This record gives sequence, structure tokens and C-alpha cells, in this order.
Amino acid sequence: MFPSSNEPLTGATNVAPVGRGGWIGRLPRLRLGEVLGVAPFIIFAVMFLVLPPFYLFGLAFTDKAGQFTLQNIVDLGQPLIVSAFWISILISAASALIGAVVGLFIALAVIRGNLPGWIRAVVTTFSGVASNFAGIPLAFAFISTVGRLGILTILLRTVFHIDIYRSGFNLFTFSGLTLIYCYFQIPLTILLITPAIDGLKREWSEAAETLGAKPWQFWTYVGIPVLWPNLLGTLSLLFANAFGAVATAYALTGTSINIITLQLYAQIRGDALQNPGLGAAIALAMVAIAAFANVIYLIVRTRAERWLK
Amino acid sequence: MRRGKPWAWLVFVLGALYFMLPLVATIQFALSIRRGTYSLDAFTNVLYDAHFQESFVYSFIIGLCAIVVGVLIVAPAAYFVRLRLPRLRPIIEFLTLLPLVIPAIVLVFGYIRLYNTSSFINLTGSALGTDILLTFAYVALALPYMYRAVDTGLRTIDVQTLTEAANILGANTPTILFKVIFPNIIVALLSGAFLTLAIVIGEFTIASLLNRPAFGVYMQNVGANRAYEPAALAIISFIFTWVAMGMIQLLARFAPKTAPS
Repeated sequence: MFPSSNEPLTGATNVAPVGRGGWIGRLPRLRLGEVLGVAPFIIFAVMFLVLPPFYLFGLAFTDKAGQFTLQNIVDLGQPLIVSAFWISILISAASALIGAVVGLFIALAVIRGNLPGWIRAVVTTFSGVASNFAGIPLAFAFISTVGRLGILTILLRTVFHIDIYRSGFNLFTFSGLTLIYCYFQIPLTILLITPAIDGLKREWSEAAETLGAKPWQFWTYVGIPVLWPNLLGTLSLLFANAFGAVATAYALTGTSINIITLQLYAQIRGDALQNPGLGAAIALAMVAIAAFANVIYLIVRTRAERWLK
Repeated sequence: MRRGKPWAWLVFVLGALYFMLPLVATIQFALSIRRGTYSLDAFTNVLYDAHFQESFVYSFIIGLCAIVVGVLIVAPAAYFVRLRLPRLRPIIEFLTLLPLVIPAIVLVFGYIRLYNTSSFINLTGSALGTDILLTFAYVALALPYMYRAVDTGLRTIDVQTLTEAANILGANTPTILFKVIFPNIIVALLSGAFLTLAIVIGEFTIASLLNRPAFGVYMQNVGANRAYEPAALAIISFIFTWVAMGMIQLLARFAPKTAPS
């Protein structure tokens, strides 16, 4: 029943007919070994990565009686869901953009800013940790810091007489969620963009300087165009990363902020929308949006690569 | 002598502030459970909580299972792709990238619909079945990282020569995999393992929708009911993540390199 857990072992013992077969078994044996080596991966991928979304696609076009319908897709247009998608897209785009720009600057500072060597090691290690520090505990950390009773909130109010909640900030809305998501988006950018910045040869900036280029000219005509494909890839990855996030928002707000993952969570949990087909339609639309972000990246990257040649 | 450019220092210091402030504030918050004095009570409350221990052990075990399954699925595939089936590489790499594009909540929604009690493969019907489903879900979550770690490991050794040498000595494919290839990429395998653990240990969405008593679900529960203990949990999780990532860096120093250069 669970080929992905059993087959590597049983398959492996089957592939080993060393003493038997002779010249007849030679070629097929090789093939069989390869097939049995790759098969568990393929079966796993089909069962747990490919089929589930496709099954939901089918569900999205099925009504409660099992007939084909477009009603679920039409229902995506109701205001609650449209606004949830819209807020999700805004938060994901904002945190991806801020994360990518800030991450780029930090990576540039660390790699090309002549900072002491230990800083790079520390930043790399910390980025590895912080990019994986997400979900529930991340929400807790920010509640402790800039929640209504957070240490920083109270410090600013008592010492500097600045009430951040009076001045429009709220951890439990768009601005707060974007601020929190940056905590893993920025380190992720640093990890993704560092190899590309290492690839910018020092000779290029020296050559540009010799030819009389100012630093900003080097960056606008050489640096950024070279980094561009990588930056875009990072952006689409960050977007998908934030777009699918559930736990942080859930821990932060229960379900009071209306983002699409929380809508879908409530639907799966307790049929909150009272229509499983609509849940499937939401899932379908989420995959479409995340995939769209990546398609844009692929198109721009192929164009950028052609231009770079 | 590297003195550092002023703008670089400015960017670094601002970045450090943004990343350090929440950590410092969370520690301070966790320590101030008693009015007017610092104490470790929030930490001891959490650590001695039976639910903490149970859920942590549960998630840890599921994580270990996900690592074993992940290695057994990914390593042979990566090995054969590198050795004999390079034409499959684009397909395999595309599949490993899917978890980065398809949100986890969509995947688990699909699992619940596809492997429920009325389906051909019933996994959600029993606790054991759901645990197995959760394990596979975590394998899927960690797949991009596990594949990349293993593939990088295979790149640093000379797969072709090792395989031929073992073949001449009469080893069959499983022997080659388990006694020659795996020991040589053990550092990469362990990196993938620690990364998997870091991703999986506090995972909330999938565990909660599958109704399993995982650590992430426990943390969410504490967050909804307590004031200071969540801060302690955040610090504990951060330390755990740090240890897992630190192990990867430590291991990287021992990586054997036999690839022809």
C-alpha cells in the first residue's frame, strides 16, 4: 500500500541477481536497477505532490451531487473571498519586495562593503537559522516585542512617549504581518542571492572604475542587470513562501485577519464556507497564483539570459 | 586592513537591530513572568509540562521517520540520475521544486480528500495511518532541501569511479548504495536530515489539519491560553533551530571530497 516506504528495501533485494541471469540478464538487470531506484521517488511524487492538487482541481468543478459545475469558480467572486485573496497577495508582494531589497542590501554590505570577515560568517549562519524560524514561535516573538503589551511597545510609550498603536501600526493587520514575514524573507534572500553576488567579479567594478564610471553607474549598467534573474527568482520564491504561510497568521490573530490561507484553513477544519467545492476552488486559485508568479519569473529569466549573452 | 565602508556598517547595524530586537525582547518577556523580578518560571513551566514533552517527542519521532523515508526515496533517485539517467534530471528537479510552489495547506487539503476513509487508500481512518500520512507530508515539505543536499553531496564525490570499482569487486546495487555511496555522502545526508528536522519540528498547519498531537499544535494551544509561556517556547524553538543549523555547518567541515578536480 505504501510503495514509497517499502519499495526501496524490497526492490533493492530484488535487483541483485548476481549469480543468476548471465548474459541474458545483463541489460534488463541494469534497467531494472535503475527503474527500482527511481521508482519510489516518482511514485511518491505522484501520490503526494501531483495527484492531490489535481484531485482538488476536479473537486473544484464538481457540485455536491457530483455533477460538473462552474458554480464554485463563480463563487470565488464573492466579496469575502476576493478581499482575502487581495490581502494575501498584498502581504506576500510587500514582504517579498521589502525582503528582497533589504536582503540584497545586507548581502551587498556584507560581501562588498569591506566589513570584517567574521561578520559574513555570522550573517550566513544567522540567515540559515532565521529563514527556518517561522510559524508559531515567530508570531510569539513578535507578540512579545511589538504586541500591545510587547517590550518595545511599552518601552516606546513610557520612555519616548510614542504610542505605535495610536499612530496606525497594528501587529494584527497588514502592516504587522508584513513586518513579521520579513523576519524570514530577508534571511532567505541573503542565502539565495549571496552566490550571485559572489559571482560579480571584482575586475568588473575595477574595469568600470578605470573607464570613469561612478559606483551608481556600475550598479545600474552592470551589477543589477547581472543580478536581475536571480533577484526575480528570489522574488517569486519569497512571494510563494509568504502566500502559502498559515501558522504565523493563525497564531497571531486566530482567524480575525482575512487572508486566503486562513479562509481555506477554516473551510478544511470546519466547513466554514459550507461548500467543500468552494474550498477546492480556493486551493486551485492559490496554486494558479503561486504558479503564475513563477511563470513570470521564468519568462523574464529567459529574456534576461538572452540579453546577457 | 579591512575597515569597512560606512554605508555597509550602517546597513549591517540596522539589519542587526531588526533581527536582534525581537529575540532580546522575547527573552526579556519570557523572564518577566513574575512582577518586578526576573525568573525562569516561564521556561520551567513549559519544560515540565507533560504535554510539552509528549508533543515534542511525537514531532521528533515523526521527523526521524520523515528523514529515513526521505533519504530512502531521494538518495537512490539522485544517485541513478547522476550515474545513468541524466535525461530524467529536469523532471526530478521540477518535482522537487513543487513543494515550494504548491502551498502546504493545499497539499494537506488534497491528502485529506484523497486518502480518507471512503477512498481506495485509507490513511486518515486510523491514528497509525494518519501518522504515516503526516510523515509523508513532511517528506514532501522537506523534499526540495533533502534533494539539494544529497545532490550536492553526490557532486563532491566521484560516483562513476566508486560505482565501477565496487562493481568490479562484485558488489550489487544495494551494496554499492548502502556501503559505498551513502557512507561517502553521509555529511550531505545528515545536513538534509537536520534541515528536515528544523522544518518539521514546529510545523503547525499539516499536523493540526490532520488532528495529530504535534509540537506546533501544542505551541499554538499555549499561545491561545498563556501570556508568558509562549515567549519561552519561542526561545526554545529558536535554540532548537540554531542547534540543527549549527550541526549542518559543523558537519560541512568533515565532508570528504573524492571528486576529480
